[in-house]
Amino acid sequence: MEQEKKKSLIDNIWDFLASVKLAIVIFALISLTSIIGTILEQRAEPAKNMQILSKLFGESLAPSLYNISEKFGFMDMYHSWWFTALLIIFSVNIIICSLERLPRIWKLIKEPISPMSEESIKKLILNREIILKGKPDNNKALLADAIKSARFSCQEVQEGDGYQFFSRKGTYSRLGVYITHFSILVILAGAIIGIRFGFKGYLNLPEGAVSNAAFSGMNKEIPLGFDIRCDNFDVEFYGMSDMPKEYRSWLTIIKNGREVLQKSIAVNDPLTYEGITFYQSSYGMVPDSIGRGIFVFRLISNDGKTSNTNLRFGESFQIPGTSVSGKILDFSPALKVDEHGHAFTYSDHMNNPAVFIEFSGAGKNTFSGWLLRRQPNTWQLPDGHRVEFIDYWGGEFTGLQVRKDPGVWIVYLGCIAMSIGLFIALFMSHRKIWIKAVEDKNNTRVLVGAITNKNRAAFERKIDAIISILRKKQEGVK
Amino acid sequence: MAYITAMMTYIAYLAFKKSQVGIAATTITITGFIAQTAAIILRWSEFAELSGMGFLRSAPMTNLYESLVFFVWCLIAGYLIIEFKFKNRSFGAFITPVAGLALAFIDLTGISKEIQPLVPALKSNWLLAHVTMSFIAYAAFSMSFSTGLMYLILSTGKRNELSYIFWTLTFGIFFIVLASMGLDLLTFKVMVKPDIFIKSYLFKTSFLNPSAVVKILSWGLAFITLFIVWRYGHVLRTVIEKFDLNADMLDEITYKSIAFGFPIFTLGGLVFGAIWADQAWGVYWSWDPKETWSLITWFIYAFYLHGRMVRGWKGKKVAVVSVVGFMAVMFTYLGVNLLLSGLHSYGSQ
Repeated sequence: MEQEKKKSLIDNIWDFLASVKLAIVIFALISLTSIIGTILEQRAEPAKNMQILSKLFGESLAPSLYNISEKFGFMDMYHSWWFTALLIIFSVNIIICSLERLPRIWKLIKEPISPMSEESIKKLILNREIILKGKPDNNKALLADAIKSARFSCQEVQEGDGYQFFSRKGTYSRLGVYITHFSILVILAGAIIGIRFGFKGYLNLPEGAVSNAAFSGMNKEIPLGFDIRCDNFDVEFYGMSDMPKEYRSWLTIIKNGREVLQKSIAVNDPLTYEGITFYQSSYGMVPDSIGRGIFVFRLISNDGKTSNTNLRFGESFQIPGTSVSGKILDFSPALKVDEHGHAFTYSDHMNNPAVFIEFSGAGKNTFSGWLLRRQPNTWQLPDGHRVEFIDYWGGEFTGLQVRKDPGVWIVYLGCIAMSIGLFIALFMSHRKIWIKAVEDKNNTRVLVGAITNKNRAAFERKIDAIISILRKKQEGVK
Repeated sequence: MAYITAMMTYIAYLAFKKSQVGIAATTITITGFIAQTAAIILRWSEFAELSGMGFLRSAPMTNLYESLVFFVWCLIAGYLIIEFKFKNRSFGAFITPVAGLALAFIDLTGISKEIQPLVPALKSNWLLAHVTMSFIAYAAFSMSFSTGLMYLILSTGKRNELSYIFWTLTFGIFFIVLASMGLDLLTFKVMVKPDIFIKSYLFKTSFLNPSAVVKILSWGLAFITLFIVWRYGHVLRTVIEKFDLNADMLDEITYKSIAFGFPIFTLGGLVFGAIWADQAWGVYWSWDPKETWSLITWFIYAFYLHGRMVRGWKGKKVAVVSVVGFMAVMFTYLGVNLLLSGLHSYGSQ
């Protein structure tokens, strides 16, 4: 008695977990809660969500709503316990649904197709009847051809009053649904592996700097197991605008003191070493970089003598073969001149780097002014010398997204399986056909019966095509 | 554009039931389609030349204007396929206006038609695959939406029936949103300086008007509209009944469009999107609003397919789901860009 009760409880739980209803409820719950997640900004500063809430519900309700949402983890809901729980129930539901239905489907697949009686064929959803002239045996080749033209390979059996062809196709297409369901589990498994054994971090690496670790969102250090150095960073802009066309970092991987890999990375073109991938994600100026950056100039005198020079802020240089010298007095990462002719810095990014140089030396034409890296016309000095502003190196950092995710290939595998599974499940069908020929007053009565689990209309058209072939052949014989 | 003319001829065809008019309508649609194809290819090659990135990387689908144009292209292509497959032209009278309206919307709103330079994240071979497939799926879903809605209009009669209330509400809201956006446009053109982007102006003339009177008035009008649609919905039904469309065919087209769109959406939208995100942002899934809304859309259509295939639901029940699904599509495509912020904000201007 006691045992029976227990069993029925387990059965109830099982039935509950196997039900399509649960699947629907889970679909709905995941969707609805996700909507909230898209409205409230995830992992954002409190003020931002406070603003969103007061915009939607008014100033008075916002604080209490904020507290409620915070309690339930809506500010970081995709990582909250209950969202994880929803995903777990979703997976369990998929597993149990499949376990519940798979044996039945497997039986259907394994069950051999067998000939049918006249009455049963007539009872099938799709059935046709046609009379052919001549005895059944004389029409055999004709029938076999017609079936072959519909791309069915068939078995044949002799019967008392004639014979019967029967065939099936796409039997395994019934498994497409399970491939799809299974692939969801594979994807989730891959995601879990990624979370458990991988990490996600960032690294802001100034030009010339070396690091052996990345940082997680909480500023925790994650050791890399090797060193990474940023050799150079550069942004290319669209024309003279400030819209970046491409930004690129030249990186070197150093393992045990040896340079093992060198690659330049850009957005959409990352670098992977020992399972850790570096993505180009942002860039910026190193704070208070003015002492660490190096100015690179090419100096050309008016009689063609050329030399290159690297300088720090405040240092001087001399134009080759002359006594003209220049001193770097000021630097701006993004220089603009307003309508009164005042120069000012308009951005924190190095969009339009400029140096202010004061020249001194022989001749009356001493000159001081801004040289802009993006505008070569400012490089020409009045006395014919030329100072090319090549680079300001060391002032910028490259923002790298650092990730290790051993599960990503499993996720992709799941994605491929899902696509294949969906294709099979939606576009292929399990079709069975029976064609029975019976002698009827020296003629042949042909019965065609068929079933399919999907897309009946298309199969019906195919069967009608078979019938019309038979009819046409018949007329040809006549 | 030719689609507007095509729309008129399709309607004429319906009115007179003359096969010549029908053929003319189809011819005009095909001509328009060819013209649009040529225009897209021209823009494509122009962009390829400008950016110097090679042909495959410069698909013209990188901002709202280009994506809407491509969406219309997919829709017409889908419609032409259906016309030839089902040998029924009546349907054209519903699809061509949508295409025409979308193009008119582009023209009126003054969405920037300039070829814009690409931000670095969009420079990828995945752009073509991801965006094309997403939009083919969107077009298939909008097909299922219009057939699903027509199915509901055709098969519901009683005013207290839930599905009747559902479709009149949906239809009414669609109408109201379109109308108020039209109002926004009118006043926008007249009063506001063009340098304020229209996005921040949405619904300012009606529901979000600073004046309380206008606000109340527009809400009142909206409810009256809803009521009228609900009260006189059967008129639409008799209109549709006159076109030789039967409910079973509509149901079948709805199912087929979804069965066609769903795997493409899964592969092109979600899977390719994930791979690309992995390449560009370093995460294949980051619960970005666009991603989340695609997932919601995916769930709704998955629900449709389960309802139909496992539970054998047919007709009204699933038609409602197909309509709801398309609302999610609309939100994924336009709503997320206009209302929510995130990584995926390329299509908002």
